[in-house]
Amino acid sequence: MAQVNYFLTEEQQMIVDLARQIAVEKIIPVRAELDETGEFPWDIMKDIAQADLFGLYIPEEYGGFAKGCFENCLAVEQLAYGCIAVTTTFAASALGGYPILLFGSDEQKACYLPDIASGRRLVAFGLTEANAGSDAARIQTTAVEDGDDWIINGTKQWITSGGEAEIYTIITMTNRNKGARGATAFILEKGDPGFSFGRKERKMGLNASSTRELVFNECRIPKDRMLGKKGQGFIMAMRTLDLARPGIGAMAVGLAQAALDEAVKYARQRIQFDQPIISFQAIQHMLADMATRIEASRALVYSTARTIDAGANDVAKLSAMAKLFATDMAMQVATDAVQILGGYGYMKSYPVEKMMRDAKVLQIYEGTNQIMRNVIGQALNKEYTKK
Amino acid sequence: MLKVDTEKCTGCGECEEVCTFGAICVQNDVAVVDQDACTLCGICVDACPEGALELHDEERLLATDLSSWKGIWVVAECRSGVFAPVTFELLAKSRVLADKLSTDVTAVLMGHEIESRAQELILHGADRVLVIDHPELATFTDEVYGNILADLAKKERPEIILAGATAAGRSYIPRVATILNTGLTADCTGLDVRAEDRALLQTRPAFGGNLLATIVCPGHRPQMATVRPHVMRASAPDPGRKGDVIRILPGENLLGHRVRVLESVKEQAEGPNLSEADVIVTAGRGFEQEKNVELARELADLLGGTVGATRAAVDAGWLSGRSQIGQTGVTVSPKLYMACGVSGAIQHIVGMQGSEIIVAINKDAEAPIFDVTTYGLVGDVKEILPLLIRSIRKKRGL
Amino acid sequence: MNIVVCIKQVPDAKTVRFNTEKGTLVREGVEAVINPFDFHALEAGLQLKDTYGGEVTVLSMGPPQAESALKEALSLGADKGILLSDRAFAGADTLATTYTLAKAIKKLGPVDLVLCGKQAIDGDTAQVGPGLAVRLGLPYVTCVNALSVLDDGKTMHLRRINEDGYDILELEMPALLTVLASLNTPRLPSLKGKMRARKAEIPVWDARELGAEPDRIGLAGSATQVVSTWVPTFEARREMLEGPAEEQVKALVFRFKEAGILNA
Repeated sequence: MAQVNYFLTEEQQMIVDLARQIAVEKIIPVRAELDETGEFPWDIMKDIAQADLFGLYIPEEYGGFAKGCFENCLAVEQLAYGCIAVTTTFAASALGGYPILLFGSDEQKACYLPDIASGRRLVAFGLTEANAGSDAARIQTTAVEDGDDWIINGTKQWITSGGEAEIYTIITMTNRNKGARGATAFILEKGDPGFSFGRKERKMGLNASSTRELVFNECRIPKDRMLGKKGQGFIMAMRTLDLARPGIGAMAVGLAQAALDEAVKYARQRIQFDQPIISFQAIQHMLADMATRIEASRALVYSTARTIDAGANDVAKLSAMAKLFATDMAMQVATDAVQILGGYGYMKSYPVEKMMRDAKVLQIYEGTNQIMRNVIGQALNKEYTKK
Repeated sequence: MLKVDTEKCTGCGECEEVCTFGAICVQNDVAVVDQDACTLCGICVDACPEGALELHDEERLLATDLSSWKGIWVVAECRSGVFAPVTFELLAKSRVLADKLSTDVTAVLMGHEIESRAQELILHGADRVLVIDHPELATFTDEVYGNILADLAKKERPEIILAGATAAGRSYIPRVATILNTGLTADCTGLDVRAEDRALLQTRPAFGGNLLATIVCPGHRPQMATVRPHVMRASAPDPGRKGDVIRILPGENLLGHRVRVLESVKEQAEGPNLSEADVIVTAGRGFEQEKNVELARELADLLGGTVGATRAAVDAGWLSGRSQIGQTGVTVSPKLYMACGVSGAIQHIVGMQGSEIIVAINKDAEAPIFDVTTYGLVGDVKEILPLLIRSIRKKRGL
Repeated sequence: MNIVVCIKQVPDAKTVRFNTEKGTLVREGVEAVINPFDFHALEAGLQLKDTYGGEVTVLSMGPPQAESALKEALSLGADKGILLSDRAFAGADTLATTYTLAKAIKKLGPVDLVLCGKQAIDGDTAQVGPGLAVRLGLPYVTCVNALSVLDDGKTMHLRRINEDGYDILELEMPALLTVLASLNTPRLPSLKGKMRARKAEIPVWDARELGAEPDRIGLAGSATQVVSTWVPTFEARREMLEGPAEEQVKALVFRFKEAGILNA
């Protein structure tokens, strides 16, 4: 039976094989327990680091492989086949690392990128606040110059790997009067004076990923921690998200594929009314829709990633499309998988209920799917203005 | 006789390095042989880069005259004063084979302060016992036990040597076979002889037991085999049996060893060890939590058995690696094997499919384990085991 | 430290199939993998290299496709891989195999440690390690599941597992060890390793290259021969006990009584 041929190079296939091996040998055996205990997957992060996957997108001079968005998506998709809570922890480190790569000074890159590439230190990205989710411009965390330092005050909410990561890229308001041009990014490190963490959140799913508040109370950091230019904070954040969103799409594809595999496997074995339930049209039609949508999502995610790597400039629309389509698909597929497994699908001793609980967040984080639609709508408007 | 071609010899010392018996060394840039110590194993001949060594024709001829090799040897194993049951199993089998070949059974007993135990071997079927009793043999070492057995075999020329496929046996018997340049078949589950050519027909499992093979050693002597414990049946000792006990003094050159035993630890096993247990209760992933494994222990205790583990249980840290049954663990064949919460991955099944009665408890009716069971119970181990334990207790009047 | 690890490519137990009629292995469509125990031997060698420096060379005697096993070992961190391959090596029993491997190791030069997995999961003999040690004149220990090297960089302490428990042994390198799966957790390959392995050249040594004598290798050099093979049929009764848990237990205990299991 033919599978879609994406004409992967040998090296790309190696990345797929490696990430898949980690998913099967290291993630799947412990995913249920991690979901139960909420324990941070340090061992798996070490395995991923040892496999060199943290450095995919980082330049060779810092110990990376200078690969692109597409290779990152390949790795993320395979890891997500195991568990997206673990994968989010991995992917979030890229989300936090991209700003340093794209906008950091040579000193900053030399200081942080080697550790990020080797997986020695994890990174977190801090934008969201209690009153600033989709409306990112409403952030209230401030950074004020004081002599040779900056003083940061405020609280970030729901930060992935908060408390566990050692490097934090955060966006603060430096000049409220300038609105969207009044934000600046900074690099913070665990242990900076005045930088502490709130409680760990208990969530519907994504439990192996640590979600915490970042608390800045007269947090004093040296001037050389400013990332990029003053006032460029939101531009940097948006650009970073544009590059990271296909990765979320890839995660969605990985999760959906795992859910589909469980559903097909189950439907073939489960005998009711003297036949395996896969022989019933109702089930077949569900599986057919699931499978087709997964292929479509994968194709969109891959094309978007390759377009970005080819150097395309304004990728916001494509990026948003890939994230939107794949994550909505994943939620649907995971829900359908639970439905197909019926009673067993609802039980914790089968993996699909976790996939369904985990999948929901994909439609919410890194830009809600409503915001994605906004981005796409506005982009269409802009495009057609030129036509 | 080992001959050195002094023209070819460069005095490189390779031969001295590989010789187990210290029978060859380089003096004045040429190899010199101590013919008394030399056992004609030929390993130095292979190792010499110049081809300067040769085993003299007459000796080689004698070595290949198969008919000059006679008798069946059983290498006894005695650990902490207790004979490994496989020793008696082998004696019983050897009796049968020896009768078919019209030859006799010799037991080889190595150890320290061990001579008094020789009688037991005679009562179990040996016609004579070669005893090598020496302080250096108080602790098992591959080198010393191996060198002594090889040396003895060279001198006495038995046609068949059998040993238990125990941890020690599987370790040092290959050493002996290599020194004797002969064939060895490991872990046999069946033995027979063909009278017309006195061939030992050795049946053994391969591919974790998915394939059985019968093997012969047509052109070399002795024919050697290690035999899996708990497969053949020992006979009851015959108090009227008589035999000879011959004490042998090992040559000094055979007693050297480079591996030192610092400590020997006997672990408090929960019940008989796996390869000898009659009942095994194995815990698999279906137990879900470590505390539930207690149920497996309770049941094992009740039935006088031992707890086994699948790879999953070992990886989860519930049981030690030594309890693991399967392809990379132990192979067992008890009278009763209880696979509790075990799915039946092929790597596990190959380690237990030879058991007499196999019972599986698993909540998945499609689990592959049910393909190999005598009796299958579909259900949760956490529910079924307590009921089973209570029921057995009641039946026993406990 | 100069370390040699002997590996063997074996059929994957998950995909292997048997022809019950012919009583043989079915070779088509079966994946070949590195023998599970050998991963642990390789990992032990790599850990020693990580600590003490040196080189890990992997060796395998097999058909040409065994090259992929050697490449996989390189992707895990081994420095060099050498394939011993020749039609004349085929049909070798452990006597001929150890002869061939010994010839190759001798050709490599001075070695500090030779590591082998306890046994190959196809042959299951566990004979190659000890036999190889004898041919190389090395002291050896089998069934190792813990090892440490002392400060002198030469003396090793090992834990050898047996039926009753374990022994702690001491010996000096050069030596040979066969290892158990419980010795370590093998690392995953790294991307750098995979890339290096892809580019690496694996030299192939044949009988002539080894200076091997024709009557010591392959079938000719084997003392044992297989006269027949068959697939054992395990006639499982497959009786599923019916009813709720209490009924099933009752039925089982009844059968236990009949089989005499409850007499203790």
